[in-house]
Amino acid sequence: MYVAVKGGEKAIENSLDLVAEERRGDRDVPELTIEQIKSQMALAVDRVMTEGSIYDRDLAALAIKQAQGDIIEAVFLLRAYRTTLPRFGYSAPIDTAQMGIQRRISATYKDLPGGQILGPTYDYTHRLLDFDLTEENRNGPAAARTAPEAVNDGEIPHVTDLLNHEGLIQQEPETDEDAPIADLTRQPLAFPAGRDLRLQNLARGDEGFLLALGYSTQRGYGNNHPFVGEIRMGEVSVEIEPEELGFPIEIGEITVTECELVNQFAGTADSPPQFTRGYGLSFGKAERKAIAMGLVDRALRCRELGEEPTAPAQDEEFVLYHTDNVEASGFLQHLKLPHYVDFQSELELIRKLRAEYMARRQAAAE
Amino acid sequence: MPQPSSLKAGYNFAYLDEQTKRMIRRAILKAVAIPGYQVPFGSREMPLPYGWGTGGIQVTAGIIGPDDTLKVIDQGADDTTNAVSIRRFFANTAGVATTEQTEDATIIQTRHRIPETPLQAGQILVYQVPIPEPLRWLEPRETETRKMHALQEYGIMYVRLYEDISRYGHISTAYDYPVMVNGRYLMRPSPIPKFDNPKMDRNPALQLFGAGREKRIYAVPPYTSVKSLDFKDYPFQVQKWDDCCTLCGADDSFLDEIITDDAGGRMFVCSDSDYCAKRRDAGHSGPNPGEAATKKIGEAGDAA
Ligand SMILES: [Zn+2]
Repeated sequence: MYVAVKGGEKAIENSLDLVAEERRGDRDVPELTIEQIKSQMALAVDRVMTEGSIYDRDLAALAIKQAQGDIIEAVFLLRAYRTTLPRFGYSAPIDTAQMGIQRRISATYKDLPGGQILGPTYDYTHRLLDFDLTEENRNGPAAARTAPEAVNDGEIPHVTDLLNHEGLIQQEPETDEDAPIADLTRQPLAFPAGRDLRLQNLARGDEGFLLALGYSTQRGYGNNHPFVGEIRMGEVSVEIEPEELGFPIEIGEITVTECELVNQFAGTADSPPQFTRGYGLSFGKAERKAIAMGLVDRALRCRELGEEPTAPAQDEEFVLYHTDNVEASGFLQHLKLPHYVDFQSELELIRKLRAEYMARRQAAAE
Repeated sequence: MPQPSSLKAGYNFAYLDEQTKRMIRRAILKAVAIPGYQVPFGSREMPLPYGWGTGGIQVTAGIIGPDDTLKVIDQGADDTTNAVSIRRFFANTAGVATTEQTEDATIIQTRHRIPETPLQAGQILVYQVPIPEPLRWLEPRETETRKMHALQEYGIMYVRLYEDISRYGHISTAYDYPVMVNGRYLMRPSPIPKFDNPKMDRNPALQLFGAGREKRIYAVPPYTSVKSLDFKDYPFQVQKWDDCCTLCGADDSFLDEIITDDAGGRMFVCSDSDYCAKRRDAGHSGPNPGEAATKKIGEAGDAA
């Protein structure tokens, strides 16, 4: 009877067992390996690393396996692990001009220094289900015509730098290199948020949410006429500069996707007409995320550029408070927790209000 | 099967590292110094989801020591699943003693209730808070509500309560009922029923509030004034039941309604499971403790 209404230790244990059972699935089917997920579910790994905000393919693959492919749950697992890690230091800014390019496209110039490299992309696949993939083919498809080779001919200039030569694009404000950089994993969000804080927030933000917000700017809710100046994807080295050494040392390489948007801007009384910028960066191959991030970054720069914020994507508090899918998912799902007490309080109130309403009606009828 | 006990290895006492705990304790000290003021803190991602008590868990982790005895309740009961889950978390990561007895606990973490048994000096009550800002439903922007607190500009809340009275004849807030702390800060008591509000006033225990997702900590120090908002002609009132607890006969506790059949049958039992068990141990019993007392909705006087 009564106690049965409430859960307990036993129910939780049974639930954990059921999850483990479901995760494993049919035991006649071989168990997924971390290696398989890393190499064959690589784009899921990229998304989980980006939103989990830690670059570790093995941990991301483990999280995806543990979460049965639930990407937001996997992001949560990774984040919860990430907070327990000590910080040894901060890296120097990565230099994407020195990237080992796998893919690089510009929608603003037909040709440009460094060239266009299509690289691996779904863009020109026809979305026809490929039934050949239903059968495992140990030999795989015919080997790629030419093994993709990262292009690294030294520095490949950014499109925005090319525009900068002519003064056609807004200059990024000079920043003090030694100034502290905001970190929302250490300090809670505070407003107005600097661009460093905004970009960190967007980089960790849910791809679906940013996609929808970015899309809304294209449909007139804060339109800023974007062009993809450039998307580049490839490997960059990460350097740290230990204080005792005094010079940077390379600690590894990561794959990133960078998107630089070039946006129309009419200019104001104080500044001439020129292009403005939106910036997106993600771990791995998460191009959709990087573009969406760039659109929202540009939208959030409205105040800095003297534009009247009118659309949701330009609303800093609205955007930055709601990007985080770990926060959103937790709070949304807490609705499953018991609310007996609140509900009882509401029941009591609504019965009282109804009784009074009925009494009033009766009195009026007499 | 994944046992949480594996968590213990490789993690610090009470899960959080010592620097994080120090940061939390600093926020708590500031909160105690400015009763009712929401102190921003660097809330961490916890291995439990946001919205499921991460603020309360971080506060508890910040203050708990090996000699503490912890009680965790949700909806007043020790055996609700999330209370069990949080108690297990601390038993596994801190190895502290846990209890279901209100008077034996040094720290009580709670969601949605204040225990019926009066708290003592030296005890700490840690509330899990979903939305810390009392003005949030009236003003969604944090930049605005912070200004309103700074200027003690709370007229908007009184207007809301007044509108309730003019529309329904009552203030229609039954839980999470706003309070004024120490005559200065408007505070959200977390979604406790307004039945519990009077217990907050001049309570000998320290009351700490943790909102993990919203990254705020606030406090009511012992013996601090906590006043529920009201009007002279519409004084604050708590819920009352025509019924008493079916199991222990208590008529002074917050009662949960249990549906016993699909024909309108229901019974009422104490939401505070420890309080109810203690009364039964002391020989009290309800009108029909053996089997569920059933009562048809409508038979009870509906005006409470
Ligand atoms: Zn009882």
